[in-house]
Amino acid sequence: MRPLFGILAFLGLIALGFWAYRENYTTQAALKEAQGLQREILVLREALAVQRVEWAYLNRPDRLRALAAANFDRLQLLPMEPHQFGTPGEVAYPGPALPTISQPVEIQGTETAAEGL
Amino acid sequence: MRTPLRPLARILQARAEGLNPDVIETENLRSRHEAWRERNRVRAERRLMFLSLGFVIAFLAIGGRMGLTAATEPVEPRASAPGNEIIALRSEITDRNGRILATNMTTYALYAHPKVMVDPKGVATKLGAIFPDLDAAALERRFTDGRSFVWIRKVLSPEQMQAVYEIGDPGLLFGPREMRIYPNGSLAAHVLGGASFGAEGVNSAEIIGVAGIEKALDGRLRDPAQADTPLTLSLDLSLQATVEEVLGAGMTMLNAKGAAAILMDVRTGEILALASLPTFDPNDRPAPIVDKTADPGDSPLFNRAVQGVYELGSTFKIFAVAQALDLGLVRPDTLVNADAPMTWGKYKIKEFENKNYGPLLSVTEVIAQSSNVGTAHIALMIGALRQQAFLKSLGFFEPTQVELVEAPGARPLIPKRWPEIVTITTSYGHGMSASPMHLAAAYAAIANGGVMLKPTLLKRDGATSGIRVMSEATAAEAVLMLRRVVTDGTASLGDVPGYEVAGKTGTADKPNPSGGYYADKVINTFASIFPASNPQYVLVVMLDEPLDTAGSEPRRTAGWTAVPVAGEIIRRIAPMMGLRPRLEAAIEGAIPVSGPVLGPVSDN
Repeated sequence: MRPLFGILAFLGLIALGFWAYRENYTTQAALKEAQGLQREILVLREALAVQRVEWAYLNRPDRLRALAAANFDRLQLLPMEPHQFGTPGEVAYPGPALPTISQPVEIQGTETAAEGL
Repeated sequence: MRTPLRPLARILQARAEGLNPDVIETENLRSRHEAWRERNRVRAERRLMFLSLGFVIAFLAIGGRMGLTAATEPVEPRASAPGNEIIALRSEITDRNGRILATNMTTYALYAHPKVMVDPKGVATKLGAIFPDLDAAALERRFTDGRSFVWIRKVLSPEQMQAVYEIGDPGLLFGPREMRIYPNGSLAAHVLGGASFGAEGVNSAEIIGVAGIEKALDGRLRDPAQADTPLTLSLDLSLQATVEEVLGAGMTMLNAKGAAAILMDVRTGEILALASLPTFDPNDRPAPIVDKTADPGDSPLFNRAVQGVYELGSTFKIFAVAQALDLGLVRPDTLVNADAPMTWGKYKIKEFENKNYGPLLSVTEVIAQSSNVGTAHIALMIGALRQQAFLKSLGFFEPTQVELVEAPGARPLIPKRWPEIVTITTSYGHGMSASPMHLAAAYAAIANGGVMLKPTLLKRDGATSGIRVMSEATAAEAVLMLRRVVTDGTASLGDVPGYEVAGKTGTADKPNPSGGYYADKVINTFASIFPASNPQYVLVVMLDEPLDTAGSEPRRTAGWTAVPVAGEIIRRIAPMMGLRPRLEAAIEGAIPVSGPVLGPVSDN
């Protein structure tokens, strides 16, 4: 009984050792991958920062103003003016509701007619 | 019980029987040894038991811990991740709507290790070709004089970096850098100030604010715990751009050498736009003027709105009148002595162009016509002590507390002694100097129903509490009087249909550094409140040495310079702020539209 127990314990030890060895390498691989991802995140963050700066730079008010002036013939953009505020009176009163369709008319050709062509 | 090795009875018996008594001793010795061995064996067995138990526990503990680690969800080790330390060293600055005013970008610095350089002479020549501002000969000298480290450039553009790569010398190295960038260029330059590098290392450099809010709130911007949350200013980028555009156009048209404008929300004390012209680009901050004799106010770095203290002229008259109303000394229709010129000791108080609005003028008309003499008499009713206390409560005795590093340095110039002549001159804005920011804050107190708020450049959530400096009724009366200035007084060019502008003009002669005042150099100010029926905003416009040459003779009064500029600013920005013009009243004939459009009646 005693030797059997000893052998089982030894086998268990070997198995656990193997498992620990494998776990160690998986961990290191994961760490390496995390590092790579971190580097990628960093690069992407930098790119994002550059794009945010570029967005802000391209949308700076004096450039937009110059663009609106340069494209006036197409866009007709003017600075906001006080008279552009409308009044409720300027909103058109809704017209009478459309009458219901009383005599339906078939406007689609029938299948036979289409085939006859 | 311990048995003796040679028990006497047995020895004697053995001797009697002729046996060897030593056998008894040996026998006893053996049995004693046997007992000792048995005891030791049991003890050793127990010890081994404990030891193995210890091993089992240790093994189980380590195994269990490993199992636990393997079974839990992996967490990214963010804090120790490489490269993280150079992300967001300094938080961004945005306007109130989240549009970027200042942010960071990664770039590279260029340095050299001359000892490992292959061809120092060639490298120096090539670098000189890439960077025209570098002196190739000086660079070559520094490469060859035996030093082992040379900084060449603090920041590089990607094109420059590629060109340096193409030199291909192993002695040229790049260090990563965070760089502060202001994408809107010169917009709000005086608020933002600028930043530069502090302590520099090869792998990173700290960014420090050098002026404006970047320096005033440097600690907050550098706080790593708040690096991810942008600093939200109260400024509105669109309003700021419009104010700067209109102010710049006005400054050019009126030949002024400088201009400033402040737009404030009276309910919260937030500054929505703050402009000072001429301006600069914070990305490429000009060097300060080193010439000791030059006026620091001539530098574009000088913030006229906050740093400049000027005699603000007649814009001060409303404070004397408001105080007299608040103290119950006068009513708006009370007639006061306005007989010009007024003689006080050896001084003579005159009106603009030696006019005389007197002998008697109602308080409302004193403001509308901008009568110096009338205001002087009102100030004398108040007295020096009460006048000082009131101006103090409006913040005119202390630097403003806006979040700019320049603000604490702009201490108003207060006369040391306060005889009655100072009471008189101060009442119409001469003899003491304050910044346009002081004026804006004080007018905001009138517009806010008499409650003084601390002006701020940081976004506030909702209304804030302040100190009451005058009653609500007084503030309302003061606004009505200021409205009269625009409808019938000196600021008629500032009337924007529908927006009920109320305000007061001020024209002050510039003091000559060598004593006295210049005859032809003035500071023109227009402090306005709109809309008068429900005051929401205060706009202060100041022009430095303006000259209107559109008429038959040159005009230098605020009514012809600062007022039309302010009117145009209000016409442009009010719709942007969602203010609806109240044109119905005009259509119904509340404001007469007949008669020629006149310029300002008078001004001083």
